[in-house]
Amino acid sequence: MEYEAVIGMEVHVQLNCKSKLFCGCSTDFHAPANTNVCPVCLGMPGAMPVLNREMVNKSVAVGLALNCAISRWSKMDRKNYFYPDQSKNYQISQYDLPLNHGGHLDIHVNGETKRIGITRAHMEEDTARNTHTIGGGQSGVDFNRCGVPLLEIVTEPDIHSADEAYAYLTELKQILQYLDVSDCSMEEGKLRAEANISVRPKGSTAFGTKTEVKNVASFSGTYKAIQYEIARQIQILNDGGTIVQETRGWDDDRGVTFSQRAKESAHDYRYFPEPDLVPIVVDEAWEESIRAALPELPAARRARLTGAFGLSDYDAGVLTATRAMADFYEAAAAKTDPKKAANWIMGDLQALVTEDRAEIGSIPVTPEYLAAMINLIEDGTISGKIAKEVLAEMYRTGKSPAAVVEEKGLVQISDHGAIDAAVAEVIAANPAQVAEFKAGKEKVIGFLVGQIMKATQGKANPKMVNDILRAKLSE
Amino acid sequence: MTAWHEKTAAQIRDAVAAGAVSAAEVTRSYLDRIEAVDGRIGAYTQVWRDEALAQAEGLDQRIQAGEAVGPLAGVPISLKELICTTRGFTTCSSRILQGFQSPYNATVTEKLIAADAILLGKVNMDEFAMGSSTENSAVQKTANPWNLKCVPGGSSGGSAASIASATSAISFGSDTGGSIRQPAAFCGCVGLKPTYGRVSRYGLVAFASSLDQIGPLSRDVTDAALAMNVICGKDPMDATSADLPVEDFTRALTGDVKGLRIGLPKEYFIDALGSEVRALVEASAEVLREQGAEIVEVSLPHTDYAVAVYYIVAPAEASANLARFDGVRYGFRHSDAGNVTEMYVKTKSEGFGPEVQRRIMLGTYVLSSGYYDAYYLKAQKVRTLIKQDFDRAFAECDLILTPTAPTPAFEMGAKSDPLEMYLNDIFTISTNLAGIPAISIPCGLSATGLPVGLQLIGKAFDEATVLRAAHCYEQHAGLQMGAPALG
Ligand SMILES: [Zn+2]
Repeated sequence: MEYEAVIGMEVHVQLNCKSKLFCGCSTDFHAPANTNVCPVCLGMPGAMPVLNREMVNKSVAVGLALNCAISRWSKMDRKNYFYPDQSKNYQISQYDLPLNHGGHLDIHVNGETKRIGITRAHMEEDTARNTHTIGGGQSGVDFNRCGVPLLEIVTEPDIHSADEAYAYLTELKQILQYLDVSDCSMEEGKLRAEANISVRPKGSTAFGTKTEVKNVASFSGTYKAIQYEIARQIQILNDGGTIVQETRGWDDDRGVTFSQRAKESAHDYRYFPEPDLVPIVVDEAWEESIRAALPELPAARRARLTGAFGLSDYDAGVLTATRAMADFYEAAAAKTDPKKAANWIMGDLQALVTEDRAEIGSIPVTPEYLAAMINLIEDGTISGKIAKEVLAEMYRTGKSPAAVVEEKGLVQISDHGAIDAAVAEVIAANPAQVAEFKAGKEKVIGFLVGQIMKATQGKANPKMVNDILRAKLSE
Repeated sequence: MTAWHEKTAAQIRDAVAAGAVSAAEVTRSYLDRIEAVDGRIGAYTQVWRDEALAQAEGLDQRIQAGEAVGPLAGVPISLKELICTTRGFTTCSSRILQGFQSPYNATVTEKLIAADAILLGKVNMDEFAMGSSTENSAVQKTANPWNLKCVPGGSSGGSAASIASATSAISFGSDTGGSIRQPAAFCGCVGLKPTYGRVSRYGLVAFASSLDQIGPLSRDVTDAALAMNVICGKDPMDATSADLPVEDFTRALTGDVKGLRIGLPKEYFIDALGSEVRALVEASAEVLREQGAEIVEVSLPHTDYAVAVYYIVAPAEASANLARFDGVRYGFRHSDAGNVTEMYVKTKSEGFGPEVQRRIMLGTYVLSSGYYDAYYLKAQKVRTLIKQDFDRAFAECDLILTPTAPTPAFEMGAKSDPLEMYLNDIFTISTNLAGIPAISIPCGLSATGLPVGLQLIGKAFDEATVLRAAHCYEQHAGLQMGAPALG
């Protein structure tokens, strides 16, 4: 039987607000344990939450970027459950009236565009972190993370493969970064993806039993976990078994998902409206002010770059992968040939950045210098080959291409006499190869050019070298 | 020598500010009074003798240096056990918070300190404010100063008893369903529940967040107005506090009620109302009529449902509010548990008293998924109807006059059935559900010599009119209640 996977994603993102969701404490949870805490986030008797307005602004921005409807009137609710990582034994979240609802995000997979429905994006507070001694003698709770603002973004079950899930996460992350609302670091737990996966016979509309895969630390891990989980479920069904509804973890080393806990009889969270907070009223004016401040989003930017600069979809995709990359590209493209700028950025510059494990936004090479360097190639001052050396030096020192060329004497030799002499010298020194060429072995020309370039320390104008050499050989 | 403990807060403040008496002398007078009589009353759970004297001496130095002083300068006050103070303990009269020291002051505490009130100590209450007699305290029994065999009312029973026994000039309590007004009525003092949102709840250990409100208990209406001037106002730490200007409530105390329409809701003058109480309350309406108020009959048709709605909404919120007391971070923790769940269960089973456990169970039940619509949601709808009753009534009158409680104080142990106890708040609960202000003031003594309270209910944020009418009544009723015979 042929099966189809049905996947819904739940993504928790820590938005980069300066203070926690309901108090003024810093959101830096790397500080020494229990130092970024106050009576409010510790849930001390009598302490009361006050909603962080910055969080509402940023959450609405995400909602708008995901094409959601913004609730004119929403509220916070209490979600009751006991766990020692919660200071109040209830989490303040949103239940039946989320801030953002009914949106969508278009993703691109294998040359096709697919629309993924966004059910909702709601605000909630993070929990503390429990630590246990090995052997289980002692447990500690660090409340620095408790009350940190999270946005939970939930999709419709519109995703049907690991590829689509991966594309969704990538596109979502890109949007969050363009909005500058999160650094999306998965290692630091600032972006946590959870996949609800089930399979069903192709053509069926009923849902199969789902499993929940959580706590995966990377996109590639999520991709592999989904792939594995789909295959596992199909295998079980083909073997005549039944899927158990449960939460599963991902073992990256072994490349398998594993059962974490069977779903207990559905948890009763006893949600009810948070009486310590007033309703959240985002009126039209507030929504519009947030909409007006939205930056250009990745999809729009990609479309603009392909149109304005004639880039391929692929190149535009690479160059808009991050806002910093796209900013860099556009600044360079404004001052030189846009296609050449694209090639240099995606090629040599990206290689240097990758090797350095750096970010394009904070490298010593400015977009203006890169454009100037390309212009030096165009006007024949340096060769493309020398340019590679110039770029590496620019990257190392932060100097302008002109300064590098000047200091290192890298100006291209375009003097006919000088090249003529070097060609004559090389012909004289390599009679055997000259004879081979004259006997019709065309490939030898490469060797001779190499020798001439070597003799001129690579500075000779390659086109002139070729022309003069051929002329002399056919004399 | 003047017996300062017999003076009102206004008299003390004026004398201290004028330099006629030192704050230290006044404070000593109250501390001595506590020592002399509180052994029989049991209002205080903790007395901060040294800190209170040090605070008073600091104030005296500032007065001598010619510095300006606050509006409650030198006034000795007490605080209900659930108002957070960095001084002493904040226990909610519960075993689960025994020895708990709050790391911060409630906003009200901060305001009182800034107003130069002298904090004498904390007073007893029903555990987590659940009760109508202060018999549910895990700490001690509090007696009614008028008759030591009787309860002082609840849950702010310690506050009311401290005023009646003259061991504090103003006491601050909390009112969730009548917890300021009913003990004020039982103990023959003034108790005001402000409009919801008038006073910051930050640092008030929550019982039912949508109903709780801090308010003063005092000897007379003027002192209640003085206290309100200090504690009201928007607090950035409490999102539900109202952003409205705070007027000077003492200016509302004009001594007359001319032109006011006062409504008597027929649903409150029912059979359950003791005939003695009915007679006294009706007589007080007559006093106000004689002073120029117009008495009209009004209707609050959903009154019958108030108690039922309250006992769904309040426990629901309490079940969440009290979830944090689990032994993990502070307070009492059961020492003998094998795992975390067992620790929770044993801590809560031993830390909370039976009434608190009953309400947590009730609240958990009404919020659970199968029953939410039938109980919690329906209760919220009826709550809206009760609010609308008041809106309609206030279209016809400026104030509503009712009894505060159906009977005077009862004897300790007399009401062993929780449901019977719940009916004690029958006349006070509706105003909490509607979020509107109400005051209880004494309107006479029963044949057995126990005080009876009269309740005046006002429109939202119209404490000024409530205080004005209460003050007028106080001036013209000619009550000769005297004081409890405590020596
Ligand atoms: Zn905090």
